[in-house]
Amino acid sequence: MTIEIAIILTPFIMAALIPLFYRRLQRSFIGWVVLVVPVSLFLILTTYIPHIANGKTVSHTFEWIPSFNINFTTYIDGLSLIFSLLITGVGSLVILYSNFYLSMKESLHHFYCYLLLFMGAMLGVVFSDNLMVLYAFWELTSVSSFLLIAFWHHRKASRAGARKSMTITVSGGVAMLVGFLMLYTMSGTFSIREIIADVNQISEHALFIPALVLILLGAFTKSAQFPFHIWLPDAMEAPTPVSAYLHSATMVKAGIYLVARFTPVFGGEMVWFWAVTGVGLMTLFWGSFNAVRQYDLKAILAFSTVSQLGLIMSLLGLGSAAVHLGYSTSSIIYTQATFAALFHLINHSTFKGALFMMVGIVDHEIGTRDIRRLGGLMSILPFTFTIALIGCFSMAGLPPFNGFLSKEMFFAAAVTITELDIFSIENIGIFIPIIAWVASILTFVYCVIIVSKTFFGKIKPDVAEKNPHEAPFGMLISPFVLIGLVITIFFFPNILGEYILRPAMASVYPTFPVAEMTPHIHAWHGFNIELYMTIGVIVLGLLLYRYMKYWIKIYRIFPQYWTLNAMYERIISSSENMSENMTKRYMNGNLMHYFIYIYISFVVIVAGTFLLLEAFTWNPSLDAPVENFELLLIFVMIFASFALLFAKSRITAVLLNGVLGYGIAFFFVIFRAPDLALTQLVVESVTTALYLLCFKYLAELKPEQSSKRVKVSNGLISILVGSTVTLIGLAVINYEKFESISTYFEDSYKLAGGKNIVNTILGDFRAFDTMLEVVVLFIAGLGVYTLIKLKAAKKGDADT
Amino acid sequence: MKINDVILRTVVKGVVFIILTLGVYLFFSGHNAPGGGFIGGLVLGSGIVLLYITYDLETVHRKMPFDFKKVAGLGVLLATGSAIGAIFFDAPFLSQTDAYFTFPVIGEKHLTTVTIFEAGVALTVIGTLVTIILSISEDE
Amino acid sequence: MESLIMILIGVLVTVGTYLILSRNLIRVILGTAVLSHAVHLLILTMGGLKKGVVPLLSQSEGPFTDALPQALILTAIVISFATTAFLLVLAYRTYKTNGSDDLQELRGMSDE
Repeated sequence: MTIEIAIILTPFIMAALIPLFYRRLQRSFIGWVVLVVPVSLFLILTTYIPHIANGKTVSHTFEWIPSFNINFTTYIDGLSLIFSLLITGVGSLVILYSNFYLSMKESLHHFYCYLLLFMGAMLGVVFSDNLMVLYAFWELTSVSSFLLIAFWHHRKASRAGARKSMTITVSGGVAMLVGFLMLYTMSGTFSIREIIADVNQISEHALFIPALVLILLGAFTKSAQFPFHIWLPDAMEAPTPVSAYLHSATMVKAGIYLVARFTPVFGGEMVWFWAVTGVGLMTLFWGSFNAVRQYDLKAILAFSTVSQLGLIMSLLGLGSAAVHLGYSTSSIIYTQATFAALFHLINHSTFKGALFMMVGIVDHEIGTRDIRRLGGLMSILPFTFTIALIGCFSMAGLPPFNGFLSKEMFFAAAVTITELDIFSIENIGIFIPIIAWVASILTFVYCVIIVSKTFFGKIKPDVAEKNPHEAPFGMLISPFVLIGLVITIFFFPNILGEYILRPAMASVYPTFPVAEMTPHIHAWHGFNIELYMTIGVIVLGLLLYRYMKYWIKIYRIFPQYWTLNAMYERIISSSENMSENMTKRYMNGNLMHYFIYIYISFVVIVAGTFLLLEAFTWNPSLDAPVENFELLLIFVMIFASFALLFAKSRITAVLLNGVLGYGIAFFFVIFRAPDLALTQLVVESVTTALYLLCFKYLAELKPEQSSKRVKVSNGLISILVGSTVTLIGLAVINYEKFESISTYFEDSYKLAGGKNIVNTILGDFRAFDTMLEVVVLFIAGLGVYTLIKLKAAKKGDADT
Repeated sequence: MKINDVILRTVVKGVVFIILTLGVYLFFSGHNAPGGGFIGGLVLGSGIVLLYITYDLETVHRKMPFDFKKVAGLGVLLATGSAIGAIFFDAPFLSQTDAYFTFPVIGEKHLTTVTIFEAGVALTVIGTLVTIILSISEDE
Repeated sequence: MESLIMILIGVLVTVGTYLILSRNLIRVILGTAVLSHAVHLLILTMGGLKKGVVPLLSQSEGPFTDALPQALILTAIVISFATTAFLLVLAYRTYKTNGSDDLQELRGMSDE
């Protein structure tokens, strides 16, 4: 067990331990105990930084299912280290924050259990080198996200949001799985590193583009890219710490991770460039456009997260152009987009995490998140106001905060790409900086909305009545740490660039020299086009905010019927209806029909196969000789079975069934099976007694009431089934393609120390069957007992 | 279920003894001759059921104070336990072993761990059989 | 012999199937019992009939009848006993609760 595997497993182990000890612990302690996990993991992971920064990687393989090429390979390089630091770092802050945010009355053990589950799964995603293992962890993040969104499961909106996120992300995940399998078919390996190493061999394969599209589907659904972003705003039903953690800082970045991870594989393709850039830009615009019109603070942040994820995604798309061009001194500039993407990824986690926590505090102290009911909180919540101000300025891209740096780099990358003349960028490339710029203006507008509507203006009377006050100190620690980072990163961005981002660049561009790809980040680089764009954003943004009431009407132009959400709802409800109607058609509650389905499929499939293969043969010459009394026995049994069909009373029927049973016992004697004969005799007697005992409570047999048509068709089906069995039996009985395994058991005395071969098979060779059979018998006995006693217990209810 | 019949009772007394002896014999002869856990259990179980049918519940219960559900449970435990037991001797799950031992009075005997497994099977069969029949007949 | 037994099995399966397709609960249970008789016989016949002596090493030197089908049937007999018992009790509880043993009448509501 290496440290890397231990890192992944620790959260899972802790999650498994919580149910065991939470009862013994004071409720307020659970969170503190849990906090130890991410903090220690974060500290352990920071020790990897120097090692990774030197350009080394850490990898360890644990053979899991080697026959399927599925190994539990952990791989830590620059890219996975960034994500793992985010996961554990933000995780620590979020758990610290939840200790103060969540009421002690909540089911805290569930909450922390799910949260740890998520943390482990997410670490698994970023550390796995094996595609199958990555996929398993990937889906586990969806599951834990589902559980966390539905944490307040008594609320309908929570359940709906959880279901929506699950449906969308898991469908994307399944598409991704198919893409992974295609990659496996092409390359013969599940290891990402090996696939990257022989990308030249597979890039001409016919499945290459389908695999690319399917894997992107997985990444886009997870990272809430247009048009799959609709789940993210609904996921805001989760407790705010969860939104801060999963739905802004970590889980939604898994898609980003995947795209970055696969850039060396697919980056050279035009489809990749336009899909990632185009979808990213569309998401960037659509998210910021929708954020402006929201009233709920969390909804604004949700759409803003969607938009920022689009920004990072589009940067990764822009950066993939460098993979296509290959290494040269002129192509190195295009890698800067990816650098900006990774840089903004970290920045976004810091300021968005702080903003979510800020909203949590407002919600916690004031009791509402609706900006129409908020206002003037600056004087009541001065610290929270500071957090909001810095977070929003950073998000809007203003100095002196880290968002400014990455946004400038984003503009620079968007402008630079227009100089290329590949992928038809020369024709439509000019739209890239334009969309980026428009979206940034809208981003600026909603940032102003968050700050001004919440903290400026007059306090609403119903808020003032409650006499709210600033949040407790503990709740402010986490957002202040994040805000501190926002400012620190602005002033010392190159430390981050040198130690964290540079090794990650090496993972995305394995064929490029690392030193040349790491820029020296400057806050000030003269009056250039990026700076003019930023100034334009501020001026236009302020103007738009000032005259909002004149243009806000454009949101009403688009008909509600055609929104993505409405379409999603229609698809879901119509597919539900369709499946219900279909099920109702054949699951009509009539047992007879179900049996008919089974029998007819049996006859059609089995007899049909035999007919097709012309396998019905009959060779009576090998038969054993027949004695007279055996003929008599067969005749008696056939007679008894027909008589059973026409039995008028149930006693007759049971006795006839007994005749059949004893007849079988006779056959067992004739066919040299003494154990069977004994057992059959006793069982038949006991069964008959059981029938008679139960008849005390059951009604007398009534003549069959079905119509003649039903009877005839049932008879036909029965004859078909019976003759199929006979014909197959006759065809199969002399079939000797394989050697019989029975001779093995004849050594039973030597192998098992018993001289009764049947019994040694039961007790020794095939004891598994016997053991499970005993269990079945026991369960049946318990079932009988429960059925009877349960009724006795409920009798009182039934009478009334 | 109370049947007042002296003849029946007298006959059953003898018959049940024979049945139970037969059951035990079948159980032990199983490894080398027809018989074994199932059939032994079934015969013993039906003998016990016969007792219950002839005498009333209380009388039999006084003489045999078993909860037959627990007997069945014990049987399952014994069967699975003997299976798991093999693991502790570094043998695969469900491995059985056998050996010859010499005892003071009865002489050399062939003992095998299958007997434990078979006893589990027999107890389960007895317990389940009696539980089923008893719970049906006790029902009002 | 095998051919004759196969025909007997076919008859038993036919009868069992017809009983299972009945509307009456008791007939359905009897049908399953008849069907399991047929299956036991089928498994035994598949091993070949009268091809050897009783599979007891203490009795003779062989050749022995195929012992594996016998072991499988022994398991099957006990399982079918257990299921029959369970079905019987289920039937009489159903009858007591719903007052009917007609499967047509016992159908679930259509809007369930």
